[in-house]
Amino acid sequence: MTLANVLLVDDERPFVETMSKRLRKRDIDVCSAHSGDDALGLLETSNQVEVVVLDVKMPGMDGIETLQEIRRRFPLIEVIMLTGHATVESAIEGMKLGAFDYLMKPCDMGHLLEKVTEAVARKRKQEEKIIEARIKEITARRA
Amino acid sequence: MDTNMINTAFINTSPYYRALTRKMVLIVIVVSFTPMILVTGIILRHFSVSHHEKVYAHLGELVQKHKQNIDNFLQEKLNDIMFLADAFSYSQLSDESFLNRQLVALRRNFGTVFVDLGVVEDSGRQVAYAGPFKLEKANYADSQWFEQALKRRTYISDVFLGLRGMPHFIIAARNRFAEKPWILRATIDFVSFNNLVENVRIGETGFAYILNKAGRFQTKPLVEFSPQKGCYGHFFSCEEPAVKGIRITERQDESRRKSIYVTALLKNDDWLLVYKQVSADAFSDLRNTQHIAVVIFIVGGLAIIAMAFWMSKRMVERIARADKEKEMMNQQVIETGKLASLGELAAGISHEINNPVAIMVEEAGWIEDLLEEEDLKRSKNLDEFLRALKQINTQGKRCKEITLKLLSFARKTDSRAHLFQINALITDVVALSAQRAKFGKVEIETQLSPNLPEVEASVSEMQQVFLNLINNALDAMEKRGGRIKINSYPDNGNVHIQLADDGPGIPRSNLSRIFDPFYTTKPVGKGTGLGLSICYGIIKKMGGEIHVKSVVDVGTTFTISLPTEGGRLKPAADAPVANPPENDTVKKGDAP
Repeated sequence: MTLANVLLVDDERPFVETMSKRLRKRDIDVCSAHSGDDALGLLETSNQVEVVVLDVKMPGMDGIETLQEIRRRFPLIEVIMLTGHATVESAIEGMKLGAFDYLMKPCDMGHLLEKVTEAVARKRKQEEKIIEARIKEITARRA
Repeated sequence: MDTNMINTAFINTSPYYRALTRKMVLIVIVVSFTPMILVTGIILRHFSVSHHEKVYAHLGELVQKHKQNIDNFLQEKLNDIMFLADAFSYSQLSDESFLNRQLVALRRNFGTVFVDLGVVEDSGRQVAYAGPFKLEKANYADSQWFEQALKRRTYISDVFLGLRGMPHFIIAARNRFAEKPWILRATIDFVSFNNLVENVRIGETGFAYILNKAGRFQTKPLVEFSPQKGCYGHFFSCEEPAVKGIRITERQDESRRKSIYVTALLKNDDWLLVYKQVSADAFSDLRNTQHIAVVIFIVGGLAIIAMAFWMSKRMVERIARADKEKEMMNQQVIETGKLASLGELAAGISHEINNPVAIMVEEAGWIEDLLEEEDLKRSKNLDEFLRALKQINTQGKRCKEITLKLLSFARKTDSRAHLFQINALITDVVALSAQRAKFGKVEIETQLSPNLPEVEASVSEMQQVFLNLINNALDAMEKRGGRIKINSYPDNGNVHIQLADDGPGIPRSNLSRIFDPFYTTKPVGKGTGLGLSICYGIIKKMGGEIHVKSVVDVGTTFTISLPTEGGRLKPAADAPVANPPENDTVKKGDAP
């Protein structure tokens, strides 16, 4: 099992490409999307993604909208906001809407890795809890 | 006052304000003078007319009364004589003793008016005489009066000297005896007749006299002068309409003074009663009133003119002051607008730059990653590669910091306002800067008033403001070290914080620009030029003021004034002036 399975969403293709390469090199599965719609479509087809790293400012469906949609449809997937905005407002909004954390562009790779790891850990923990709960439920039923 | 001097000088030099003053003076003068002139003129005119009427009426009445008096006097005497002539026969009257008795009786009844009596036969010889003069047997055949008297029933002569050599006139009544006319004549005392007109005296120059048709005096005039025929001739002709027999004209007299002539015809139009008075004398009341009016008019006019000048000057001064204030306000608005639009621009730039920088940093990171691989690790320039990549990374981070600052200039970081104690914040910021200050040999002193009211502001923004100011001061004093004093004190509901350093000061030429964005005097790469404009924007946004005083080689003092409640600065007597870039003579030399 890889360290994490990350979906990178940003309209800046070179950024996504390089970032993907760097993350892969650090033993992380990366798939990428260049818009909110793409990202949602990809999430629809693949259930591997654990963490979405999402740029706030994108043409079309922007980061915040995409975040809302992801939280609605895939509540277990963690989202890390990536922002060129230094505005606390957008970060706060993202956090309110259930983002795991936010990072400023350009971001330090170590920092990003740290956040991704934390997010994955949380996600996996939550999944475990759910599985546990299910097991309990099933065992309770059987008992 | 200083501002007044400036204003006055300003008004005196600016053609716009001079024209304005002139216009106002003119309007005030015209508006004030027009009704004054109209009212004064109309009243004076009416007064003059009615006064003339009054004087004319008065004089007319006077003259008419005297005309009647004189006519009555003459008629009375004539009647007396006629009575004598009719009542007694020629033979009776020819008797001198009888005649004497009659004279005595007349004088007893009528006073000394009758001087003498005489009976003259048609040959002109005086048959009988009673009186003080020795005129018995006098012959009047050649006398003018006798000729006239023979022709009519009664006759009153003009005044003449006659045989006795004294001015007198004669009243004669004709009668017939034995188909021959005879005449009873009486001499009237000139003095008593003269009194009738001599008593008419008004003012200094008003007097009356009587003229005959030849223009000779029939009375003794008060002032001796020779009446010219031409001057009075027209009074005898009846071309001009006379009111109740009285005619009033104004003309120049013998000595060329304008005079009033009031005339009435006497004695069957033979004589002319003239009352003459110099106009100036007759209308002296009017003249006095006019003089008073003129004096009041001049004094009032001068007062109005002085007032107009004074008031216009005051008004224009006020207008000029208001204009100046408006101009200052406009500049402030422009300044604020400039900062705002620059903020928008900065936000846009930082967004656009962040992405490429992020990519560049990522690419550098990728290269770094690749360098980890075995074959490249042995490259002899590996260290140089790594150094260059590190440099790219560092510069990328610098870019990020710049864009961050730009953004905070445009949209503040946590900009929500709380009520908090500014003293605590200052203490925190000073503690933060303490390490740096120690290296720069700078001493930071705080003198904080313990009972400050809380201010409503964003804590992070205020931290930024004080950090910026302290950092600027530290930068400025980097070479020599020095001392920073921070005071806080309340004043009239506002809170003031003063941050004074004894650094190199700000040259005058930089003064007006220190709050402008991107203005810096620091070496390239050391400062963004945004620090002070961010401070300015933050303080302005929360309704406060920031201003600066600086003297080269003495130091720089920033003063921040913050509102405590309601978000508005309360005006104070020594409140700092609003517009920092304009305000002071010399400002801080270190960069924003």
